[in-house]
Amino acid sequence: MSTVRGRPSALAEPHPYPGRLITVEGIDGSGKSTQLLLLDRWLTARGFPVRFTEWNSSRLVRRAMKRGKRKDLLTPTTFSLLHAVDFADRLTYQIVPPLKAGMIVLADRYVYTAFSRDVARGVHPAWVRAVYSFAPRPDLALYFRVPIEVSLDRLLGGRAKLKYHEAGMDLGLAPDPAQSFRIFQSRVLDIYDRLAEEFELRVIDATGDIPTQQKVVRRMVQEVLRGYARPPAVGRGNGARG
Amino acid sequence: MARGARRGKHWYGDGLPYLKTGPLPGHLIVIEGTDGVGRSTQIELLRPWLELEGYAVSNTGWTRSPLLSDTINEAKAGHELTVVTFSLLYAADFADRLEHQIIPALRAGFIVIADRYMYTAFARNTVMGADPHWTRQLFGCALMPDLVLYLEIDVDGLVPRVVQGKGMDYWESGMHLALGNDIFESFQRYQRRLIEEYNVLAREFAFVSIDARRSIDAIQGELREHVAAYLAGARRAPSSLGSDQTANHRVRRRG
Repeated sequence: MSTVRGRPSALAEPHPYPGRLITVEGIDGSGKSTQLLLLDRWLTARGFPVRFTEWNSSRLVRRAMKRGKRKDLLTPTTFSLLHAVDFADRLTYQIVPPLKAGMIVLADRYVYTAFSRDVARGVHPAWVRAVYSFAPRPDLALYFRVPIEVSLDRLLGGRAKLKYHEAGMDLGLAPDPAQSFRIFQSRVLDIYDRLAEEFELRVIDATGDIPTQQKVVRRMVQEVLRGYARPPAVGRGNGARG
Repeated sequence: MARGARRGKHWYGDGLPYLKTGPLPGHLIVIEGTDGVGRSTQIELLRPWLELEGYAVSNTGWTRSPLLSDTINEAKAGHELTVVTFSLLYAADFADRLEHQIIPALRAGFIVIADRYMYTAFARNTVMGADPHWTRQLFGCALMPDLVLYLEIDVDGLVPRVVQGKGMDYWESGMHLALGNDIFESFQRYQRRLIEEYNVLAREFAFVSIDARRSIDAIQGELREHVAAYLAGARRAPSSLGSDQTANHRVRRRG
């Protein structure tokens, strides 16, 4: 059994469940959520039972997170731990039961987000790996790699303002949000590149056009679905959908 | 130097690498002990005494952070979390208090009295079946206390205190562990196991044990003796407490 810092980590070996866990990573503006949405559409149309889950979405910590952000109470450590609470809660209710039931779980961001962003904020890399050592290893972990300027263009084109924590404004790196974003997300990007090696993330060139990327994604997913057995269909009649 | 006291400030594990604490001339005194053993009563009595002695005191307590206390209370009301999720919430609560209350107070030269510390999580998680090593790594950001005063009691001594006090509550009785439907029996079994764990930790971390089966005054008297002895030792060797010794004290495995 391989280990993370001398101790067994669930991330180091395949999970024991019949389902499949597919995760996407990348800096903000890399287009990972779009690609995951398209993958969801494709899998669902083909009749696969899919469950989608998103980073920092559980009800449990929403209030604390909001309060912490509004009052600028969050430190790198509490920021990291609140996300870990969110993750543990979603793992309990949204990830492990579907995997046990043989479903395909699509996760928009996974522990590698913590390993990159929280370390870029200054927490110890070994500590954050230990915190998340209970996380099951994905069957496919995609990493959408994109240069800072491309992601910045996409973000500023789509919405008016960069989010405070996305831009790393809490770190006081630069007074201008775009400049702060460049500095902070460059750090995140560097760490992602190293994580891709450490955790065998599958790197996708996210500068290409959307359909081309999606083709690559679907091919990789097909590999992962080899040997996958669908659970018995439930609900609407004899398997006919939509 | 009083037994259980350590010279200088150390992190338990990797600490907070991004934080430059500077010198921490204050004193971190922890009161540990199981549910209902009388920790808060004793702390209420310690504070005015220390203030009369001329020390500024700051209190901090488990689950009392402004950031998370509401969330923890809601979660407990819902009974819907796993031990891992709860541990992470407690760790977040702890980190919030560490960075916003404990370290600033120590920097300002206060005596910080902590009602429970990471040892509470260590004891509970072991009883609840979480990986003890994981729990310890989680609290790697903690500062080692200067003095841990442990209110030691056995279940037979604890039961009448709790029954005659505020009564047995769901969590303190370990009802979430489904040890049985009888809250009284569940309380006894859960607390017996918890106290066993505390006693193991007391040896490992050199707690000062105080027999908590006695009267409030007798316990308070002994607590004051230990605190006074520690403070006298600290005054004789002020340099060890004034310096910023954040040498890493690696997470130790249980022996």
